Amino acid sequence: MITAGVDVGAKYAKVVLVENGKNVLTRANGIVEFDVWKSATEVFEKASLGVGLKREQIAQVVATGMGRKIIHNKPPINAVEIVPEVIADAKGTYHLIPTVKTVIDVGAEEGRGVKVSENGGVRDFVINERCAAGAGTFIETMARALEVAVEDMGPLALKSTKAIPMNAQCCVFAESEVVTLIHSKVQKEDIAKAIHDAMASRIASMVLRVGVERDVVLIGGVARNPGFLPPLRKELNTEIVVPEYPEYAGALGAALLALEMEEQK
Amino acid sequence: MAQVKEYPTEPLKIWNEAKDLRRKYYEDYLTAHERGGLRWAGGAWSFSAIPAGLGEDVYCLTGEPYGATAAFFKDFTAKCHDAVEASGFPRTLCAYMRNYWGSVLLDKYILADGTIVDHYPTPDFIWQDHICCSHGKWYQVVKWLEEKKGKEVPMYCVDVSVGYPMDKPLEEYKIDYIVQQLNDGIEWLEKVTGRKYDDKLLCDAVWNEIEATRLWAEICTLNQAVPAPLDEKTMYSLYVMGTLMKHRPECVAFYEKLKGEVEDRVRRGIAAVANERFRVITDTQPPWGFLQIFREMEKYGVVSLGSLYTYGLIGMWEYRPDGTWAPRELPPTKPQTREEALKMIVEWTVHRPEWAHTYLPEAKTKMMVSIVKQWKVDAVLLHYNRGCEGLSLHIAENRLGLLKAGVPVFPFEGNMGDEREFDLPGTLARLTAFFASMGLKKLRE
Repeated sequence: MITAGVDVGAKYAKVVLVENGKNVLTRANGIVEFDVWKSATEVFEKASLGVGLKREQIAQVVATGMGRKIIHNKPPINAVEIVPEVIADAKGTYHLIPTVKTVIDVGAEEGRGVKVSENGGVRDFVINERCAAGAGTFIETMARALEVAVEDMGPLALKSTKAIPMNAQCCVFAESEVVTLIHSKVQKEDIAKAIHDAMASRIASMVLRVGVERDVVLIGGVARNPGFLPPLRKELNTEIVVPEYPEYAGALGAALLALEMEEQK
Repeated sequence: MAQVKEYPTEPLKIWNEAKDLRRKYYEDYLTAHERGGLRWAGGAWSFSAIPAGLGEDVYCLTGEPYGATAAFFKDFTAKCHDAVEASGFPRTLCAYMRNYWGSVLLDKYILADGTIVDHYPTPDFIWQDHICCSHGKWYQVVKWLEEKKGKEVPMYCVDVSVGYPMDKPLEEYKIDYIVQQLNDGIEWLEKVTGRKYDDKLLCDAVWNEIEATRLWAEICTLNQAVPAPLDEKTMYSLYVMGTLMKHRPECVAFYEKLKGEVEDRVRRGIAAVANERFRVITDTQPPWGFLQIFREMEKYGVVSLGSLYTYGLIGMWEYRPDGTWAPRELPPTKPQTREEALKMIVEWTVHRPEWAHTYLPEAKTKMMVSIVKQWKVDAVLLHYNRGCEGLSLHIAENRLGLLKAGVPVFPFEGNMGDEREFDLPGTLARLTAFFASMGLKKLRE
């Protein structure tokens, strides 16, 4: 039986097709534009048609992510069920790494910490409130201020060994702080490291509210940023595992939940 | 959509009476001078029975419920905040206080139904107590603001910082410390109003307050029933009588009648939320401009049974020898003299549960855990209320205590009286995630 999970995030839509809850047939992603339904549909069709499947050949679709309601019971995707991100994150990550106890999901606009139960459920969770200063958008904004491509920010940060504090707790004020550092002739790599350190500090402080238990797994698009992992490890004083496709963990969880729903019919 | 059991439900018969009583309260204060009466202002926690000895035509306006009423009407409260900030006060102060000050600054008075009346009705005197850092200064600023309008408003404040009698009675000298201030206060009231003080009226008012606050605790206890006869959103319109006029006979009569109706609902199995299947409590004041979160919860079959705030701000409670948290026993007899009345009301008031956490955060956790057990609560929603430092104090520690006791907790940030600090879609999204983590699905749109 083939099921699909669609994670309609703030910046990217991600689709995973799974066969019998075990084999991942395909993964696809694409930027979410103003027409969220259209963007999600395009990614869904890219994934399904890419492996020669029509919608009717997919037994069940579950949606998650910020834009999940937009594709709920709406053709052509027809996601019959929608689940919050923390539920999908826990499910997908548990499938990938069954020893997981804590999931840290850092996406474009939200950071989340999830305590995972024995069976891949949610024991407790925390989500950052209001400000993007603990999410991927923060790095993008700072990359613009530094005139650096966002994908270069992580490698640039790794070149620095200096610890420059960034105190602002708000994305807008932090940008002002970066501009001040630029005017003070601080090296770009040192500013890049300061940005990653500050973000790691915010995420760590949020996750610590629910407690950190090993194994700790980092998922979400920001998990691909090599500059973010070292300061997060340092802040949490623990090893952190990053799965192979960290940005797809939520979509995978949704696909697995879709299978459970089909089996319960 | 999932199917769950449906309980019978029906509106409260006393609902319109509650609305009328509240409307009349604000109007009575507004028109007191037209009838030769007196007006006073102070906090809902103040010893409101004491000014009652000045006569039956003495009307009060308690600041926190007024601030909450203003908060419900978002356009008005936004103007209040603008006025306060334009006067140089920061937006981090108590949101109720800012609504109140804003109302004075705008020279507008808002009634319970949202009607805005020109000219803020200046009190004849202020009768306040120091329950938190904001309350200590609240009316000092009101006095300044009135002075700027050329009005002199005398003010008296009672210091109540004597601790909380959690496990043992308070020492006599602490009780005497407050009693003496109230004695001095009565002399002060006579001096500033030119009226002769009537101890008989004082004794009546003290007994009214004790009866009303005991009755409210009894009503809250009835919500232990499954299905719950009352939901928290409805309770806000009922507990408020105690915050406005806990010392008045109308309040006692209202709560007696309400108790009878709620007992009847329990007997007949009438639910507040027809599809009740998950019971929560909250904590501290809600974001008053966004009470639709309670209706959203009902779509999941979730009923909010109240909170330590709704139960313990007005209700008086105690731990029984068997460890249960129960309505506090009435004193054996009604007071007959001023001395008896003052001592009785002080001893009664220092047991107000909402005071406990300012001294002992673990006391609040203990009370909440008792509510969870006795009211059969499945989870607790904690409002990290940026608008009230007093009641948010130690709330993160309470969260840890509840988690340690095995109680699922959903914390959310907001502000009881400043809509700029509450993110409705974000909170609802997180609440949805919490309910999903509890295994709840939406029952209806």
